[in-house]
Amino acid sequence: MPINLDRRILDELIANDIEFVTTVPCKQLAGVILEIENEDRILHVPSNREDEGMGLCVGAYMGGKKSCIIMQNTAIGVTINALSTLIQFYQFPLPMLISFRGEVGEAIACQVEMAIHTKPLLAEMNIPTYHFHNPSDVEEFGDILKYTQMSKKPVAILTDSNFWRGGG
Amino acid sequence: MNRSEVLKAIVPIISDELVICNVGLPSQELFLFDDQPSNFYMLGAMGLCSSIGLGLALSQYSKVIAIEGDGSILTNLGALPTIANNVANNFVLFIIDNSSYGSTGDQPTYTGKKTSLTGVAAACGCECVVECQAEDAPDALRAAMESDRMTVIVCKCQPGNIPVSVIELSPVTIRDRFVSEVERRAVKQKRVQKLTKLS
Repeated sequence: MPINLDRRILDELIANDIEFVTTVPCKQLAGVILEIENEDRILHVPSNREDEGMGLCVGAYMGGKKSCIIMQNTAIGVTINALSTLIQFYQFPLPMLISFRGEVGEAIACQVEMAIHTKPLLAEMNIPTYHFHNPSDVEEFGDILKYTQMSKKPVAILTDSNFWRGGG
Repeated sequence: MNRSEVLKAIVPIISDELVICNVGLPSQELFLFDDQPSNFYMLGAMGLCSSIGLGLALSQYSKVIAIEGDGSILTNLGALPTIANNVANNFVLFIIDNSSYGSTGDQPTYTGKKTSLTGVAAACGCECVVECQAEDAPDALRAAMESDRMTVIVCKCQPGNIPVSVIELSPVTIRDRFVSEVERRAVKQKRVQKLTKLS
C-alpha cells in the first residue's frame, strides 16, 4: 500500500512538537500544506516570501513554539542573508522542507536552472542537507526534525518529483 | 526630532516590554539608552524585524513591540499583508519613518517622496494604523499598548544620527537572555491565571 506522504509528514511534525509552520506554496507541496492548514495543533501562517517566513519562524521559536518552513528550492537565493545573519548567527533550529523542482520528471525548463544551484548553495552555506528521492525516505523525517533541534541549525530536506510521485 | 530622540522618548513605555529592534543604529541606540534582556537586537537580516515580532506575538501572550524603520520595512513590504491577515492583538508595529536609510548615511527613501507607509499598511488590510509626528510618539504608543488591539504606528521624524558604538553582545547571548525573559513572563502569566481562577 503506498504511503500517504502528506499525512505522514504532518504526523511527524506533530510527533516532534512542531507547533508553527509557515509556507510558500509549490504544487508538489499542495497536499501537505492543506493537511497543515486543516490541523488545529499547528498554527499555519502563510508568508509572502521565504525570508519573511524565516523571520516568522524565529519569532515563534522565541515564543516557545518549535517551527518549520515549507518552501520551494527556487527561493533559496532570496533566503541567503536570513539564513546567514539570522538563523545561523543566532543559532536557531529551522527545519526547511523544500520542494526540489527541476529534477528528473520536471516539465518546466526554467526550474532546472535553480535545481542546478540548489545543492551547491546549501553546501556553500554549510547547511546539513537530506534528499528524499524514494517515498520510503520519509521514514527519516522525524529523526531529521530531532537532529535540527539538537544542532540548532537550519537543515534542508529536499523532496524531489520521484518522491512525491510515489517512486513510480 | 530625529530617530534617536524618538527612541529616547519611548524608552519609559517599552522598557519593561518585549521589544524586537531593527538592525543597525536603532538597535545600537536602544542598547545605549536602555539595554534590557527583554530587547532582541537585530544584528543582521534587514527587513525581518516585523516578521520576528509577529511570529513572537502569535506564539505567546505578552505584548510585543517591533521597532522598524522605513528603509527596513520597504525591503520586506510583504510582511504587512501577513500582519494584517494574522491578527495578534498583543502586537504593536512601531515604524520610525525618517525618510532615510540612517545607518548607511541618510540616503533618502521613497517615503519622503510619493510613498506613504500609512497608506500601504492600510491598503494591506491593517485595521488600526496611526500616523503621528515624533513629538506625539509616546502618547501614540501608550494608547496602542492600552488598546489591546494590533496597531501599526508610523512615526514621522527627521533624519540624523548620533555617534554610537556597535553592540558587543554575542547573538547567542541576545537570544538566550531574550528567550529566558519570554519564559519568565509566561510562567508569571500562568501563575496569575491560576490565582484568578482560585479567587
